[in-house]
Amino acid sequence: MATETEGAEGGLAIHPMDQFMIKPLFGGDHIAFYTPTNATLWMALAVLATIGLLVLGTRGRAIVPSRMQSVAEMAYGFVYKMVEDVAGKDGLKFFPYIMTLFMFIVLANFLGLLPMSFAPTSHVAVTAVMALLVFFTVTVVGFVRNGAEFLGLFWVSSAPLALRPVLAIIELISYFVRPVSHSIRLAGNIMAGHAVIKVFAGFAAVTWIAPASILAISAVYALEVLVAFIQAYVFTILACVYLKDALHPHH
Amino acid sequence: MEGDIANMGQFIGAGLAAIGSGAAAIGVGHVAGNFLSGALRNPSAAAGQTATLFIGIAFAEALGIFAFLVALLLMFAV
Repeated sequence: MATETEGAEGGLAIHPMDQFMIKPLFGGDHIAFYTPTNATLWMALAVLATIGLLVLGTRGRAIVPSRMQSVAEMAYGFVYKMVEDVAGKDGLKFFPYIMTLFMFIVLANFLGLLPMSFAPTSHVAVTAVMALLVFFTVTVVGFVRNGAEFLGLFWVSSAPLALRPVLAIIELISYFVRPVSHSIRLAGNIMAGHAVIKVFAGFAAVTWIAPASILAISAVYALEVLVAFIQAYVFTILACVYLKDALHPHH
Repeated sequence: MEGDIANMGQFIGAGLAAIGSGAAAIGVGHVAGNFLSGALRNPSAAAGQTATLFIGIAFAEALGIFAFLVALLLMFAV
């Protein structure tokens, strides 16, 4: 583990960020873009878990669902309702994309919570790719669906005329900051939670503080299970909100 | 000696950035508290607004995460 005590009392060294290091799976130091690393492994596991849950879980198509099938049905219904409520009926065309995003993020988060595992969503590189894909999809869909009218998103017609250019600049900036906050939110939350657990784990090495530390780890872990789900939910619901903007750009 | 002062600046800066987490906590508490006070007045309308609640919390929280990011950058990247 990353945390270790150096010497006796007071000399403990906590390395909360070591758990996020990318290491090649099969030894060596060199990392090229094709090298299988621990990030690759855990992303692949998240994909396999998604397939296992959704494909194998619903293969029986039982009328009285098994436990796995009801979880898969719940996930499907949950995301379907979210897309329908937030993005509207015509947003349902993008349901497969949103569902893929949600299942990948939620399962990567949950798998990352296993001890000794690696959370790929704690890396901005991973979340930034997903956020940029959402950003470009939304922009392209907005222009294809609405043509130049999509720019009406930045021209707030309900505001007084004198204010509109100022608002247009603000809207433009906020539009381009979207992928930044969208990706940093997920990565930051997951990274912060894992680092906090590791910091408390470092304190557990000191005898007299260990019980409180272990209690704190349990509490933070429970919170992290909640955060893992909520952040996946927030990421997908924001993707739906952006999609709604692209489909209906009028304020 | 100069390195020590630079280190000190890093640590002080990271500690100051951590204040941002507290500010984000105030924001998130404000969102959730106002949602609850509204929801208790009209419980039948509350269920439909949970999505809005989470979006509001996410926006408030993102800025706290930015503060955390600044702290991380000061500690490990600068």
